[in-house]
Amino acid sequence: MLEKILILLCLSSALAEQPCKPDASDGYKVRISIKTALGDEAYVWNENEMFLFRATLAFAMRSHLNGQEFNVSNIIVCDETPRVTFWFVVTSPLNTSGLVDKGVVEEAIRKSRNRINSAFLLTDKTLEFIGITPTLAAPVNPDTPPWLIVFGVVMGAVGAGIIVVLVSPLVLKKCKKNEETDKDEEETRVKAVENGSTREGVYNMSFSDDERLTQM
Amino acid sequence: MTMDKQVMDRDAESAEQTHVDGLKEVTERPKWDNKVQYLLTCIGFAVGLGNVWRFPYLCQVYGGGAFLIPYLIALVFEGLPLLHMELAIGQRLRMGSVGVWNSISPYMGGLGVASMAVSFLVGLFYNMILAWILWYFFHSFQSPLPWRDCPLNLNHTGYVSECEKSSAVNYFWYRETLNVTPNIATSGSLQWWLVLCLATAWCLVYICFIRGIETIGKAIYITATFPYLVLTIFLVRALTLSGATDGLIYLFTPNWETLKNPEVWLDAATQIFFSLSLAFGGLIAFSSYNAQKNNCERDALIVGCVNSFTSIYASIPIFAILGFKANENYNACRNWNILRLTNAFNIADENITLENYGDWLNYFNTTDPSEVDNLNLKTCDLQTFLDQSASGTGLAFIVFTEAVINMPGSQVWAVLFFVMLFSLGLSSMFGNLEGVLTPLLDLHMVPSWMPKEIFTGLICLSSFTVALIFTLGSGNYWLEIFNSYVGSMPLLIIAFFEIISVVYIYGINRFNDDIEWMSGRRPNFYWQVTWRFISPFMLLVVFVAYVVVEAEKEPTYNAWNPDYVNFPLADVQPYPEWVYVICVLLSVLPVVSIPIVAIYKFTGFLKKYITNRHSQNPYANDL
Repeated sequence: MLEKILILLCLSSALAEQPCKPDASDGYKVRISIKTALGDEAYVWNENEMFLFRATLAFAMRSHLNGQEFNVSNIIVCDETPRVTFWFVVTSPLNTSGLVDKGVVEEAIRKSRNRINSAFLLTDKTLEFIGITPTLAAPVNPDTPPWLIVFGVVMGAVGAGIIVVLVSPLVLKKCKKNEETDKDEEETRVKAVENGSTREGVYNMSFSDDERLTQM
Repeated sequence: MTMDKQVMDRDAESAEQTHVDGLKEVTERPKWDNKVQYLLTCIGFAVGLGNVWRFPYLCQVYGGGAFLIPYLIALVFEGLPLLHMELAIGQRLRMGSVGVWNSISPYMGGLGVASMAVSFLVGLFYNMILAWILWYFFHSFQSPLPWRDCPLNLNHTGYVSECEKSSAVNYFWYRETLNVTPNIATSGSLQWWLVLCLATAWCLVYICFIRGIETIGKAIYITATFPYLVLTIFLVRALTLSGATDGLIYLFTPNWETLKNPEVWLDAATQIFFSLSLAFGGLIAFSSYNAQKNNCERDALIVGCVNSFTSIYASIPIFAILGFKANENYNACRNWNILRLTNAFNIADENITLENYGDWLNYFNTTDPSEVDNLNLKTCDLQTFLDQSASGTGLAFIVFTEAVINMPGSQVWAVLFFVMLFSLGLSSMFGNLEGVLTPLLDLHMVPSWMPKEIFTGLICLSSFTVALIFTLGSGNYWLEIFNSYVGSMPLLIIAFFEIISVVYIYGINRFNDDIEWMSGRRPNFYWQVTWRFISPFMLLVVFVAYVVVEAEKEPTYNAWNPDYVNFPLADVQPYPEWVYVICVLLSVLPVVSIPIVAIYKFTGFLKKYITNRHSQNPYANDL
């Protein structure tokens, strides 16, 4: 008799621990890589850290489902490995034998993902919930693409340079002209003596400087 | 003595022509401010993008240090003689390519036209490459660099599929830069961002080129020297990166077996030829602005040797960085394997390291081989990653940009790299455009009321308009066509006729006299042998081999087609008929002017001869 009672007790206690098992339909697997994230400043994963995890998860459930008061006891953990992976299931505070639906748990975790990560100084990559893909960060879209700004600067500089190069000889010419009109009046008397410009006539090749022709 | 008289007559004619035009040419032919400008401009023209992204690739593919042997042989027997010849005739005859070949023989005037046409066509697509470089330069001022991450898809649940399948750098190049169409028949539309970049590139070229060599000579101090500065900075940085030594060993380990492959010799010869920018007419134009009494032999040796030295010097940082990238990829591959093992067997985090990975793997293979097989571990081989080399735009815009992401301070390195590429390309563009401008000026095709600035502006504007083809969706495919068909065979033909004209039509003895007059020394035995026999023979062999090799290849191109079954591998497509016709036209049209001008002049001569025989006027003395 006593033995039967003992067996029944063992069975019932075993059954009571059933909710959390690997590949549970309403559970999630967690993988934590502390050393990868923190390197030398890595902390050791122990019972206290596990308690913090359960408390954080309870916090996440509370934030999502406003009415219900989740406690650390509602988060059941099992199958811990040296890798630091484990499975967890969430029991409802209203009905201790019933598990909270997988979808609800996922939503709760997604909402508070950042808080959960920060509690452990980890990131989406080093604190993984297998099955819950992290939402990708939305790209930062500035109003003016930065490349247009650089393009504007370069084009502006080049355009200004072209205008300067094109206009500067004209400006110089104008200055010279102003100087020349002053000098012209003096030179008209001297110029009258010269008889014609140097542009008339044909250049006489026989007196050119070309050495080859005169080498004898 | 009749030869001398002909020379005198010809000189008198040309001089008289210039003098009749109002004393302009004799007094006003522009000249270099000093020798350094001239040398830097020639070096800048010769040293271009090919030195950075073609030579290291050839070195690596053809057995590293062993490739230097055919390369140096080609330099000595083909490159230097042709270079010396071009610089000498430009300096002696003091005209651009059209004028020079007209002077040597009216029948060879077509050579100048051919050079001018090739220079124009090459300038079109070369500046498009500069526009792409500018695009990347504009984007290097962001953090993080835009080619590091894939963009998210519409509902932010994952990455764009095209990007996920290939890689972020590939996506950025093919989709965000080029927006390339799946094949050349689909033209797509003008990509406005590329049009803006092309306009910027042409404006930058214009501002340096605006008054011909006056402004080029000032700009060249920066554009020719800056690349060396950046290469040195990269060299120092690259040698401190991990994995750099692997890349360098891989690059320079000589594999003497490759010397038995004739393709190696062909590629070495063509590389030297295209690297020195011969037959464009640009070198002739540059040396025509020199004083006549100048030692062009020394100039040629300096330019040729500096060009080759730059190629070798550039390949060191390039390959150090490629080695670093290969090392990063190799480590990423092995770390992925380690993570898979760690997660599958629940080992504590970071217990499996790169060092003890092998031991752990053996242990698991003995204890649980089926599980290990299920993991589908990748085979990581450093050699495979080192073999992922590329040349051309692939090297600059895909491979190198990927390497830069992993370097600390990536924005700085990206900016430096793209500015270096831009100055390398810009100094080569000067040569291309001078090869177009100087003959036009010498032919007096410029109306006298038009100032030079407007004329150069018109050249730039018309080039920009035609080059808009390359900003279409299919622009990249067209650029490849131009690169393969314009920038290769016509140049070989032109160079061959050049050396034949100078040596056998102008006369090698007369040429030797000219050089002795200019530099004070008669060219020695080496130059005589190479000019008369070795270089023409080598050019002929290279040309024939090149045609044979190209003819054997199917005319196909690599298309980027996201719908291709084996995407991201290239979709190899044959050219459509009409495109193939254009390719042939591009190869033939520039050089068709050589026979056309010869025939035209010959018929003119025949006409004169026949009419003179019929008229028989004893007082006519213009035969």
